[in-house]
Amino acid sequence: MSEPERDFTLLDDGRPVAVSAGVREDGVRLSPRAVEALGWRLEPEGLCREGLCVPLPAGASRAAPDGISLDHLAALLDRPLALELQERAAYLGASAADRAGALASLEAPDFALPDLHGRLHSLSAQRGKKVLLVAYASW
Amino acid sequence: MAIAVALDRSAEDARPWIEAAKPTHPSLIDVEHRVADLYNMVNVPTAVWIDEEGRIVRPNDVAFGTDTFRHITGIEAARHLGLLRAWVRGEAPVMGAREVRQLQAMPSPEDQQARAEFGLGRWLAERGRAAAAERHFVRAGELAPHDFTIRRGTMPIRGIDPMGPGFRAMLQEWVGAGKAYYRPLPD
Repeated sequence: MSEPERDFTLLDDGRPVAVSAGVREDGVRLSPRAVEALGWRLEPEGLCREGLCVPLPAGASRAAPDGISLDHLAALLDRPLALELQERAAYLGASAADRAGALASLEAPDFALPDLHGRLHSLSAQRGKKVLLVAYASW
Repeated sequence: MAIAVALDRSAEDARPWIEAAKPTHPSLIDVEHRVADLYNMVNVPTAVWIDEEGRIVRPNDVAFGTDTFRHITGIEAARHLGLLRAWVRGEAPVMGAREVRQLQAMPSPEDQQARAEFGLGRWLAERGRAAAAERHFVRAGELAPHDFTIRRGTMPIRGIDPMGPGFRAMLQEWVGAGKAYYRPLPD
């Protein structure tokens, strides 16, 4: 059997991942393979990654082999989901709890962004120096 | 070391400012608002101090480099610059961890939902899906009305002048409701 076409774009915290997904009126259904493309596995115990599992609600685990709804996955991971069914695209953002936890640790979140010449610079490359991080905009 | 991050639609929007300033420090372009998401920034200019060990020692604060807009903002550049100089020279003690945490604004689930809507809208706009993008930008603004990196920052993408009547109406409504457009840290 050939693999179904990967014609749905999931923006996983900004990173575009092409997956095959069943789009219905009531939402989006992800195949186990699509779940794996996001770094998770559907196991009898629930949604797992690196030995840790988020348990599925009672009764749902039997349905695991044939996939999971995107709404359900976002809710289990406590992550915001923005959906555009017509364009077959969705954005799975970062949870407020994750962001707040990282900020409260006081460890400055690392990032790497391009300059005007497309060269990437990371915050962590400045370790050992005091850093003034300033966000501004032309608007 | 300063790291400047432009929360702009494109490198081209930021280019004239960077070329005029000729910075010797990294001057980066953040079209996806990655830094705004990671640091829960909701307006510009926003500054964060990070020490040699990579720890946040002063959370998000309003920091103007000059007094160009002081007549509008009421915020003196000297306030932040003076504190910054003292920190860099080691002349003043930095905030303790407890104080930093007390002054940090944490994102709510609605704020993160707004950022997801923004991220999807931006991606759609990049692909020429303007009508679909607009729905998500509007939704993002409704979810996080205090987030001007979204409400004003999306204006150039949507063909709205970010200095024009659309912005002035938004600002008037916000300030008229007794809310602050800039929220500096307390002295």
